[in-house]
Amino acid sequence: MNASTNTLAKDLAEQKYKYGFVTAIDSETAPVGLSEDTIRFISAKKNEPVWLLEWRLKAYRQWLKMREPKWAKVHHPPIDYQAASYYSAPKQSDKPKTLDDVDPELLATYAKLGIPLQEQEILAGVQERRVAVDAVFDSVSVATTYKKELESHGILFCPISEAVQTHPELVQKYLGSVVPVSDNFFATLNCAVFTDGSFVYIPKGVRCPMELSTYFRINAENTGQFERTLIIADEGASVSYLEGCTAPKRDVNQLHAAVVELVALDDATIKYSTVQNWYPGDKDGKGGIYNFVTKRGACRGARSKISWTQVETGSAITWKYPSCILQGDDSVGEFYSVAITNNHQQADTGTKMIHIGKNTRSTIIAKGISAGQADSTYRGLVKILRTAKGARNKTQCDSLLIGDKCGAHTVPYIESRQPKARVEHEATTSKVSEDQLFYCQQRGLNAEEAMGLIVNGFCREVLQELPMEFAVEAQKLVSISLEGSVG
Amino acid sequence: MLEIKNLHAAIGNKEILKGIDLTIPSGEVHAIMGPNGSGKSTLSYVLAGRAGYDVTQGSVIFNGKDLLALNTEERAATGVFLAMQYPVEIPGVTNMMFLKSALNAIRKSRGESELDAMQMLKVLRGKAKEIGLSEEMLKRAVNVGFSGGEKKRNEILQMAVLEPLLCLLDETDSGLDIDALKIVADGVNALRSPARSMIVITHYQRLLDYIKPDRVHVLAFGKIRKSGGAELAHELEAKGYADFTEAA
Ligand SMILES: Nc1ncnc2c1ncn2[C@@H]1O[C@H](COP(=O)(O)OP(=O)(O)O)[C@@H](O)[C@H]1O
Ligand SMILES: [Mg+2]
Repeated sequence: MNASTNTLAKDLAEQKYKYGFVTAIDSETAPVGLSEDTIRFISAKKNEPVWLLEWRLKAYRQWLKMREPKWAKVHHPPIDYQAASYYSAPKQSDKPKTLDDVDPELLATYAKLGIPLQEQEILAGVQERRVAVDAVFDSVSVATTYKKELESHGILFCPISEAVQTHPELVQKYLGSVVPVSDNFFATLNCAVFTDGSFVYIPKGVRCPMELSTYFRINAENTGQFERTLIIADEGASVSYLEGCTAPKRDVNQLHAAVVELVALDDATIKYSTVQNWYPGDKDGKGGIYNFVTKRGACRGARSKISWTQVETGSAITWKYPSCILQGDDSVGEFYSVAITNNHQQADTGTKMIHIGKNTRSTIIAKGISAGQADSTYRGLVKILRTAKGARNKTQCDSLLIGDKCGAHTVPYIESRQPKARVEHEATTSKVSEDQLFYCQQRGLNAEEAMGLIVNGFCREVLQELPMEFAVEAQKLVSISLEGSVG
Repeated sequence: MLEIKNLHAAIGNKEILKGIDLTIPSGEVHAIMGPNGSGKSTLSYVLAGRAGYDVTQGSVIFNGKDLLALNTEERAATGVFLAMQYPVEIPGVTNMMFLKSALNAIRKSRGESELDAMQMLKVLRGKAKEIGLSEEMLKRAVNVGFSGGEKKRNEILQMAVLEPLLCLLDETDSGLDIDALKIVADGVNALRSPARSMIVITHYQRLLDYIKPDRVHVLAFGKIRKSGGAELAHELEAKGYADFTEAA
């Protein structure tokens, strides 16, 4: 009996995307095409030092000799890298100094997206957790909140283009140190043409007093977005960072190829959460973002910890493997993931845990939900080097199918050179059962609410890893992406 | 008041209910007994509106409404509640979350305001205590890892929280020890009210020592074969169902 799950799957396939509007704003956009001149143009726009321009050009020359990776289980027509523009920025005379200087059209856009760009007053006696936001619109950061307060703790939170000017020594030291320039086709392209992104430095012994977050918005047509994020937690520091993203509905595919690098020194902790909601394309698979992203964290110091949590609901294609290099002894890597695909969406996502130091530990919990004709793959590598005495990994991959036209695949690679390492892997595949749906509906929930509840339950272990401020939002997003015509 | 007239229902091509006639006035508790496979669970699913059961003939009117014209959640909103023979597990969804979603969905459909987390917690704590379920059980995933008895008590808890008008209890007593049986019976008796009709499906006369039915019906081979007062249950206990054959 699958009649009603199939109807639901069909409803899901017709879900509405709420963030598909376009902001009418004057932009300065680079001419279509990619060449050394394009890179010089971007670098000049950003007023970059020579070393960075040279770094970009070197990457570009390498990229020309590279090919797109073919190993992922995703399919798309060839991408014409000469057909897109690599820079687009809202026109403004000067970089706005305060929120009052930001174009009201942009402020309205973020309000519509539910992103707080106003700093909240601390109410007497009320201990509300606050969130600092860096808002990136196409190729530039348009506003960063709470900068002053964060600076009083010695914390740097600013657009990376600004950090290049104000703290070049930090940028030069760490940029490309986790994801090498030649890492992979998309990462190398990013090195050549990256435009903006966030930079975070948490000094020794400082616990960041609020959540930091970056909100990426693609607005311009026919542009790629290539952002670059660099987060450094010095000894004993800790930070929780969240990234969100949306894009207008357009029926051509747009490329988003970001690079995120994290560095945790001795006893430092970085928690990096993503709620990815790029436009997924329409129900026939037309349009949507190609999300080809390289995210990697280095646990350089002893007892350091990097935790990735991702909720991936958008994009036409997701190709992304947030990873941890567990170099420091006793360091810890975690990967918690929910990937929801429907219609013709494709996701090939997972993680790599590279154990180098002694007693390094990693945990992987990946939940894949497929509906419509979507295809979802978990691809993971757990690599344990001979040096990693006492290393441990636990991996759990669960797939949930809605309807019978979708697919789920699990591809776990385990390479261990350390005979005493302990590696555990568990995988399950299940369907939302008719029994469960009936049970919920008998108690008064409609079919969509029932599906939302069941799927949220399935994702719970991952969702509860999100910072409190975002957990509720993420739950709603999970339900919304499962809502049919009601959405 | 529930009025079932000449109800025929099939699963695929197989006719299971072959003309049920049954009237349950408001405020009454009726027991349905009968051999395994006679169609008792089927009747409860058909009343609750489960997909996969085709009603081929007959009518079901509940408090003046044509129940068969409503979908599952609309029936729940009009007050139909089915305590299932095999309660379903929902991993990752806490009992609390489940009850909150259910109660608010039903309140919304009745045009009542939704309860916030604090109000809900208060309601749930009170009800759980009455049913003898610890607060700890509210935080566990719905029916996951529950013992047979806990699952059945959990059904009664849901019933107490949702305050339905038509309670269908499908073998809520099977698998319970005597203490659990008493708790379940107390929960059911507490809900007896002039506005509420109940159908208690059971195999054993034992439950009816604790829940005194107004009427007892025998369902065999898809039809009500005999009806009587509480004494009929004792008679069945002594003689079994041998008298009821397919031809009768
Ligand atoms: N999903 C199903 N498909 C086919 N036959 C079924 C199905 N469910 C129940 N039946 C049959 O319907 C009849 C009545 O079952 P049921 O209502 O569960 O009986 P009871 O609850 O009285 O033991 C039985 O013969 C059973 O085998
Ligand atoms: Mg039964």
